[in-house]
Amino acid sequence: MSQSAVHPTPASPTPEGGHLLDVRDLHVEFRTGEGVAKVINGVSYHLDPGETLAVLGESGSGKSVTAQAIMGILDTPPAVIRSGEVRYQGRDLLKLPEEQRRQVRGKEIAMIFQDALSALNPVFPVGWQVGETLRQREGMSKADARARVVELMDLVRIPGAARRLGDYPHQFSGGMRQRVMIAMALAMNPRVLIADEPTTALDVTVQAQIMDLLADLRRDLDMAMILITHDLGVVAGVADRIAVMYAGRIVEHADVHSLYRAPAHPYTKGLLESIPRLDVRGQELSTIRGLPPNLMRIPSGCPFHPRCPYAQQVCVDVVPHDLVLDDGRTSACHFAQEVRDDSAR
Amino acid sequence: MTAPASPTKVRGETILAVDDLVKHFPIRRGVLLQRQVGAVKAVDGVSFELRRGETLGVVGESGCGKSTLARLLMRLETPTAGRATLEGRDLFSASGAELRRLRRNMQMVMQDPYTSLNPRMTVGDIIGEPFEIHPDAAPKGSRQTRVRELLDVVGLNPEHINRYPHQFSGGQRQRIGIARALALRPEIIVCDEPVSALDVSIQAQVINLLEKLQDEFGLSYIFIAHDLSVVRHISDRVAVMYLGKIVEIGTEDEIYERATHPYTQALLSAVPVPDPEARDRRTMIRLTGDVPSPADPPSGCNFRTRCWKAQEVCAVEEPHAVPRAADPHPSACHFAALRPTP
Repeated sequence: MSQSAVHPTPASPTPEGGHLLDVRDLHVEFRTGEGVAKVINGVSYHLDPGETLAVLGESGSGKSVTAQAIMGILDTPPAVIRSGEVRYQGRDLLKLPEEQRRQVRGKEIAMIFQDALSALNPVFPVGWQVGETLRQREGMSKADARARVVELMDLVRIPGAARRLGDYPHQFSGGMRQRVMIAMALAMNPRVLIADEPTTALDVTVQAQIMDLLADLRRDLDMAMILITHDLGVVAGVADRIAVMYAGRIVEHADVHSLYRAPAHPYTKGLLESIPRLDVRGQELSTIRGLPPNLMRIPSGCPFHPRCPYAQQVCVDVVPHDLVLDDGRTSACHFAQEVRDDSAR
Repeated sequence: MTAPASPTKVRGETILAVDDLVKHFPIRRGVLLQRQVGAVKAVDGVSFELRRGETLGVVGESGCGKSTLARLLMRLETPTAGRATLEGRDLFSASGAELRRLRRNMQMVMQDPYTSLNPRMTVGDIIGEPFEIHPDAAPKGSRQTRVRELLDVVGLNPEHINRYPHQFSGGQRQRIGIARALALRPEIIVCDEPVSALDVSIQAQVINLLEKLQDEFGLSYIFIAHDLSVVRHISDRVAVMYLGKIVEIGTEDEIYERATHPYTQALLSAVPVPDPEARDRRTMIRLTGDVPSPADPPSGCNFRTRCWKAQEVCAVEEPHAVPRAADPHPSACHFAALRPTP
């Protein structure tokens, strides 16, 4: 519960290179035949050892692209990293040569994806796939790798792991496939695990199992985790801190308790009010009017202003900077204090 | 636009009655002489009633048969057994003109707004296509006007009648799908996961639209979804499905506040709640294992393999969805009981 208190609040000053992972002012665009889409427009966030950061956003908000930039798996072209830094233990990953980058990928920072069926190779047995990195990169013998794979598959609670090494991905259920992918990501003991919508394709009871597993693994293996999701319910269950993304920017950044208690950005407030809730019987849902912006034509000033009930002329003219509230949270809104006071009511 | 005029339409009377509906998909082996070696029991004895003007939510995990149920009701699949009557007329024996008439009364909104609209047709043609099949629904001269009217009703700009689906966002496309379903002034709309492909901020807009249309036209909805929070919000009554059967059915309150079937209880406890303070307060019932294959469901109660209450009787005797002592709504469990409040 009080984990969030242990970690510095987002805006508090930290010594240079003090974070495990530190993304600074990242700008990414996609150059396509139709024009330039500004997908990431100055994203900064950090991650400390052992904590869980949730990155929340709707489709096109740039949450996955940021993660791909951290992993170095963005397709370039069409993507171009315009500027910014991704510092891992003080080193800027974006400046490393590919050979050294490879040493970080998987070994220091690993990633799991939404769709386990397409992330796994259908023509190789799962045991072989989980062991591939161990043989290729750790130089393990076949027998050693096999023993370690069984260990890993036990760790992610696949029943009868030793018997299932020779099975193919299609012989596993959706939840079990996700476990296989988690085992693969854990093979080299990463310190950071990035989970990109890990349960979106799963049923609710299986989702609960996988989220439990991830929380336990994070604690037992002392990893830090970035959880990318669109689901406000999933975030509330596991995260310490939360960064809300909209149109390629982080619009609000806070510890999870204060954000749900009183959001300080109109977008976050709108999201929280527009979801039907299991525990609250509702009348008409409030909605966020309009649509997310086309990233080739992001509105002037605050990108949320065409949809925002708080918008004034200043929002059309001036891009809001991160406003640090008295409790250390940040909100990129000209009226952050007002929005938070409204939400707290 | 007005609902089809008839003096005898009473809100709350039964409009659709489904009785012991079964759909088994055969599993065949062999190349030339195919013989049936088994069957996937997608829908296995489902009964319920839909009342005029109400929303019946159908929830369940993937593979529970909820979409097959929708396809059966739309007569896109032929049932293996069972009956359904729409306003007293047999849905499955109807053919020819009678079937067309019944179909006009029951329309469907699909899950995926990207694949359920023909990319080569304009929005006007998509929404107006039902009039080609049912020319008497709107005379040729008035079709254009009627389509514009429908666009307006679902909150789209009638000026966009000549645009193509790719020029609309996901939420707008779902509105097009809804306009098409409304074209023939049906009384029942079957919605199969109508908002699950949409972003959170767009979901609410579409849910509100569906509710507004229901009030305006007195529609009855069968609302199929896996998202239990959405279903609670929109439904008057809810049916919970597991492996082709309805395990529990009742009012929204009976299912969400007083569920007596262990599966419903487990399902509800697993739904993430957007409230970090609830982390320690809520106790989750953790189901072990996966859903068994519908080709080979367990004997007796088909939930028993994952149920913490299972006893010998559960393997032998199939529990039926009947009112139980714990709470007077139908629940298919020998040991139906309210969940103790923590």
